Amino acid sequence: MNGVHDMGGMHGMGPVQPEKNEPVFHAPWEARTFALSLAAGAWRRWNIDAWRHEIELIPPADYLSMSYYERWYARLVELLTKTRLVSREEIGSGDPAPGAPKSTPPLSADQVPKILSAGAPASRQIDASPRFQLGQRVRSRNVHPAGHTRLPRYARGKVGTVDRHRGAFVFPDTNAHFLGENPQHVYSIRFAAQELWGREASPRDAVYLDMWDDYLEPA
Amino acid sequence: MSHEHDHDHEQAHQEVPSDLTLRVKALESLLVEKGLVDPAALDALIDTYEHKVGPRNGARVVARAWVDAAYRARLLADGTSAIAEFGFSGRQGEHMVVVENTPQVHNLIVCTLCSCYPWPVLGLPPVWYKSAPYRSRAVIDPRGVLREFGLELPETTEVRVWDSTAELRYLVLPERPTGTDHLSEEDLAELVTRDAMVGVAKVEYPKPGSAA
Repeated sequence: MNGVHDMGGMHGMGPVQPEKNEPVFHAPWEARTFALSLAAGAWRRWNIDAWRHEIELIPPADYLSMSYYERWYARLVELLTKTRLVSREEIGSGDPAPGAPKSTPPLSADQVPKILSAGAPASRQIDASPRFQLGQRVRSRNVHPAGHTRLPRYARGKVGTVDRHRGAFVFPDTNAHFLGENPQHVYSIRFAAQELWGREASPRDAVYLDMWDDYLEPA
Repeated sequence: MSHEHDHDHEQAHQEVPSDLTLRVKALESLLVEKGLVDPAALDALIDTYEHKVGPRNGARVVARAWVDAAYRARLLADGTSAIAEFGFSGRQGEHMVVVENTPQVHNLIVCTLCSCYPWPVLGLPPVWYKSAPYRSRAVIDPRGVLREFGLELPETTEVRVWDSTAELRYLVLPERPTGTDHLSEEDLAELVTRDAMVGVAKVEYPKPGSAA
């Protein structure tokens, strides 16, 4: 979706402001929100693409005014209710509905190191061979899907070269909507800065993006 | 960095609605009562990213690559398995790519669409990395962003920006500073900063602010 999250190339956001000796979390509620999100995610009611898309669905003005973990909190509540782990009434009252079954067992402290070090690889084995060769010129598609996509606006309809083949990966554009993993080849595409930003950009510089097969066509 | 900036940040964080503390507490207690989360697991998750996983992991990888040419070759060829030699793996680092800075090429990592970042080697990302200014400008004006970090690159250096649009996570292998031939791998790791591994700084020797 052409949302405000798709920020590459926007102006007016101000200077980057690094913080000295920044803590990992700025308040206990941030840490709890982070941990609640991961622990609730262990029920596997959603996937990482749906997880990312839920943040994109926050209305643009809200998105820009919320802090990072405020967005995480809003997303967690949305996903818990959409997947029916929790009802809106329960969120409102703070209490489980009378007679609601108790889920069991939740992620335990003992399991934490194991699930973190295992992660959730998104690579998949597929039969199809890569459609594009290293060094080949390709054009990214000029498409504007209303749902989730990992093809940023600034890199649509642009010509680049295939720099590396990354293997096959779950396709976020379908997976985010629970329409299947649809795994396909991913390539690292090199775009000259001038192709993306015009003659005023440095003639030397480049931006590399990892792009799924469906994002590309021969140039 | 001026005190003013630090002050601004404190202000911004104090302005977060105070009821978020209450809302998050209420949500946690609801989820615990429903059997959906175990508070001990939450503590373990927080402890992991506050105390166990962070940029010191990445610094060890970089220092090893500087002193061990065979390791460096493995790291650049297959980042995921070379990094796993240290036991660093998993969530948000399942597919690692290491890009090497040289006098000719400077690499910079960003995620314009969200906040993708290599957790097992760098920990959770700092606020600036997740912020609109960095995400919007890193791809269109990387040299301007680097200048704000105090890094002025010559026109002859090629800047490569890596936008983390898929599940590949990037780590910059910075250049080893000159004059460090006598340093041990452990001493070298001490020099390596998070910012250098994101590509917004170079590794400096002697370490800025140190008497060495």
